[in-house]
Amino acid sequence: MSVTIKNKSTVIYAFIKGEIDHHSAPEIRENIDDAILLYENAKLVVLDFGGVTFMDSSGVGLVMGRYRLASQQGKKIRVDNLSDRDFRIMKMSGIPKLAEINKRNEE
Amino acid sequence: MRKINELKLIFDSKSINESFSRMAVSAFAAQLDMSVEELGDIKTVVSEAVTNCIVHAYRDTIGKIYITCTVFEEGVVRISVRDKGCGIDDIKKAREPLYTSLGGERSGLGFSVMESFSDSLRVRSKVGVGTTVTIEKKLKGKTND
Repeated sequence: MSVTIKNKSTVIYAFIKGEIDHHSAPEIRENIDDAILLYENAKLVVLDFGGVTFMDSSGVGLVMGRYRLASQQGKKIRVDNLSDRDFRIMKMSGIPKLAEINKRNEE
Repeated sequence: MRKINELKLIFDSKSINESFSRMAVSAFAAQLDMSVEELGDIKTVVSEAVTNCIVHAYRDTIGKIYITCTVFEEGVVRISVRDKGCGIDDIKKAREPLYTSLGGERSGLGFSVMESFSDSLRVRSKVGVGTTVTIEKKLKGKTND
């Protein structure tokens, strides 16, 4: 599991790699939260799931938690490159009411 | 149904075992003809059930988690995940989507996800004794990949 943070003008990108479960989520969370607090001028936080090989409902908790923190900081959240399965789990959770979510291009 | 094979796993309720347990069960179940999608469903279901044991049943302690995975000739896999933890007071409420007794980073989706990725989900629980979650899934196989 790893998180790579990139900052381009007012956008923070968090590229998540590996498996997201209850065990790995805290470390991913800390990395992203540090970036949200560090880049004060950012307006958008993009959580990129392109490298995620497995996710259970802990992934939903991860997005919900980041949404809460980002909102307090006046930032929006977008979730990119979800696999079909992870997109389905996100949809079940009502995440689309909080953040734009996008599927991975599987081809 | 005719039983072909059975796996029993007993391990500590440590979060590092979440990954191990879903890998072990899905690898065992893979002796049945199943699609990549169905293999993922099994991983997800096991991960949710085991996480429940760790964060709820044995909240501030470490106990044993017992998994039985049975595969049947009819292409059905049955997985039961049992703990001897605190038990669930109100199963109906626990199964409600988005309900969580913990808040914070928990989504309250564990049971909903398990239901969505299996054909049946049974929960038996007694406060102070423990909980058993049993799911069954009929596999369609690789042809539906």
